[in-house]
Amino acid sequence: MLEVAGLKAGYGGVEVLRGIDLAVGAGEIVAVLGSNGVGKTTLNKVLSGVLPASAGRIVFDGRELAGASPAAIVEAGLIHVPEGRKIFPNMNVRENLELGSYRRARPNRARNLERVFATFPRLRERVAQAAGTLSGGEQQMLAIGRGMMAEPRLLILDEPSLGLSPLLVEEMFALILRLNREGMPIMLVEQNVVQSLEIAARAYIVENGAVTLSGPAADIAANPDLKRAYLGL
Amino acid sequence: MTYPLPIIAEAMLNGLLTGAVYALVALGLTLVYGVLHIINFAHGALLTSAMFAVWAIHAFLGVDPYLAILPLTPLFFALGYGLQRYVIGPASHGDDGNILLVTLGLAIIIENGLLALFRSDTRSLATDYSFQVVELGPLLLSQARLYGFAGALAVTILLWLLLARTDIGKAIRAVAKEKLGAALVGIDVRHVYAVTFGIGCATLAIAACLLMPTFYVNPRVGGAFVLVAFTIVVLGGMGSIPGALAGGLVIGVVESLCGLFLGESLGQIGIFIIFILVLLFRPTGLFGARA
Repeated sequence: MLEVAGLKAGYGGVEVLRGIDLAVGAGEIVAVLGSNGVGKTTLNKVLSGVLPASAGRIVFDGRELAGASPAAIVEAGLIHVPEGRKIFPNMNVRENLELGSYRRARPNRARNLERVFATFPRLRERVAQAAGTLSGGEQQMLAIGRGMMAEPRLLILDEPSLGLSPLLVEEMFALILRLNREGMPIMLVEQNVVQSLEIAARAYIVENGAVTLSGPAADIAANPDLKRAYLGL
Repeated sequence: MTYPLPIIAEAMLNGLLTGAVYALVALGLTLVYGVLHIINFAHGALLTSAMFAVWAIHAFLGVDPYLAILPLTPLFFALGYGLQRYVIGPASHGDDGNILLVTLGLAIIIENGLLALFRSDTRSLATDYSFQVVELGPLLLSQARLYGFAGALAVTILLWLLLARTDIGKAIRAVAKEKLGAALVGIDVRHVYAVTFGIGCATLAIAACLLMPTFYVNPRVGGAFVLVAFTIVVLGGMGSIPGALAGGLVIGVVESLCGLFLGESLGQIGIFIIFILVLLFRPTGLFGARA
């Protein structure tokens, strides 16, 4: 579904991604894991067209997307729910969700709005409230809901657990699993290695701008190097 | 000095009428500031060119200034869209400081272009209704200014509806506060910038059509309006549409009353006293977002 090969990118002269290779298949949850500053967010920026790649290929559904505009990438159905949510604080919940279907799936707006409200009943309660006044967890729900409004063919979630209480993190991962079981392929980009590996089918470990380890999530979770590096065992 | 009540009432009403058109000029300035986060220094020069356009098609083609709204609004929208998309945007390389300089440069080019084309003469146009008055009880009000008031109010309401109800309006508000989030839902940010700038220019074209029946034009006339418009934007709150309307009406009344009590030539003193007071005591303006 999504295939990334030899992807390089950076800011100014500084190279952050030094040749990333990864793939997400239909129906999968694939976790891309790594600590702060290894290039996960840069990878997402390149995938969504906000930052240009300096080399490499991004093939989505058989289409080359490297160099495409963010609008064209959204149109193709590759939807990115960014780190820090980036919702529209000055607009209410409904308007935020409506803008999720600005470029894609506009004719199905009413139906998808209902679907988002069914998934997140809290958003229905807050429908006329300014998004900037929502709690952190509600804002994350809104960001994911806004992504769902575009009927993603692949949903990229960037640090959905960031800044949430442990209980909400648990809830968020359960929700991601549920969305996936309903048929949505998900690329989950996270620092939270343990919980991500629990729900993902496969995973990639990124270090210093390159993939250092990849495979089925269960194998990675059992890898002694990883245990030492990320779990302190 | 004391005046009979009807004269004061008339001055206040006239101030409201003028203020609405001031508000219309301020509307574009505040919208562009709210979305692109820049002060458009070319705003005055663009108003001047719109006023010359109204004058020219009246003088050479005999088109009524109010009828001129129909061709000039889309024309100035297109002009503004093109300026932002193909001149200001590319020339600024994403740096707000550069945008400021580019709009300043544009203002100089436009003003001097108009000076070369039309000389520095002051021109006005005479229509049948330029000096018509409407009797409102004991008060006499200029008919053309009443039209101007109604037009300015209608444009403000339409713009507010556009921003509140349509997808492009919501996209404009989204870009104003969250550029990256907007790009990630597929909003073309450069297109939205250009549309915003285009709307700013279109409101100027309408303002010019509403002004010309009772006002004059020369290559520097826009500057005076923009100084007032800028005060309105600060008073109403930078980026606020209702703020621009309320600010415009207040400024219009203040100018008119100061003119009555202090003499016509000192009328604008009140405006700038308000400007300084607002900056001192309420720098976010009447409707401004709290910092």
